[in-house]
Amino acid sequence: MTLAVEIASWALILLGSFFTVVGAFGLVRMPEVFTRMHAASVTDTLGVGFLILGMSLQAGLSLVTAKLLFLLALFFFTGPAVTHALAQACLHGGIKPLLAEDRRGRSRSRPVNTTKKVRR
Amino acid sequence: MFAAAAAAILVALALAIARAIKGPTGFDRVLAGNSVGTLAIMLLAVMGFLTGRPEFLDIGLTYGLLNLIGTLAVLKFFRHGDLAHDADRTPKS
Repeated sequence: MTLAVEIASWALILLGSFFTVVGAFGLVRMPEVFTRMHAASVTDTLGVGFLILGMSLQAGLSLVTAKLLFLLALFFFTGPAVTHALAQACLHGGIKPLLAEDRRGRSRSRPVNTTKKVRR
Repeated sequence: MFAAAAAAILVALALAIARAIKGPTGFDRVLAGNSVGTLAIMLLAVMGFLTGRPEFLDIGLTYGLLNLIGTLAVLKFFRHGDLAHDADRTPKS
């Protein structure tokens, strides 16, 4: 394997590890369930995507790469489906999104009191 | 360098399990469980490369399919209280 492919694959794997950890920290630090979903999707897209691309560069052109790309396609389709179902179930279960400024159902001309502090 | 990726995935797994334990609502726990499933698949792939046997990926593919079905089943149970619920007969929420 040439040196350039090696360096590119390590860079992709390290980038994927970084985004995986970032998504997991967001999962712990975010204030409520919808923002946590946002943070978990960072792990599901960027982290998994970079890790799988790096590993498929390591594996070369073989059956392992085909399996890795199938795994990537699986995450590509199931991640948004699960997140959508979870958000719909949350809204149905009566959980309201935490908004800094609630503009739903108000006219744009009327000024809205936005000084209310949001609990973090 | 695969060891670094495995360590990062393990740290992320620990954080996701912490959210699953702490989560105020059940939806947080479902989200954390889905993240744990995703991270377990990635840990399986990385461990396969680390030990020089990347054939473990079949198990990862199967676990990915089961993870989707499991999460959707739990969400359906939360919403309807019944897994064999007929969605056509209920009014739209």
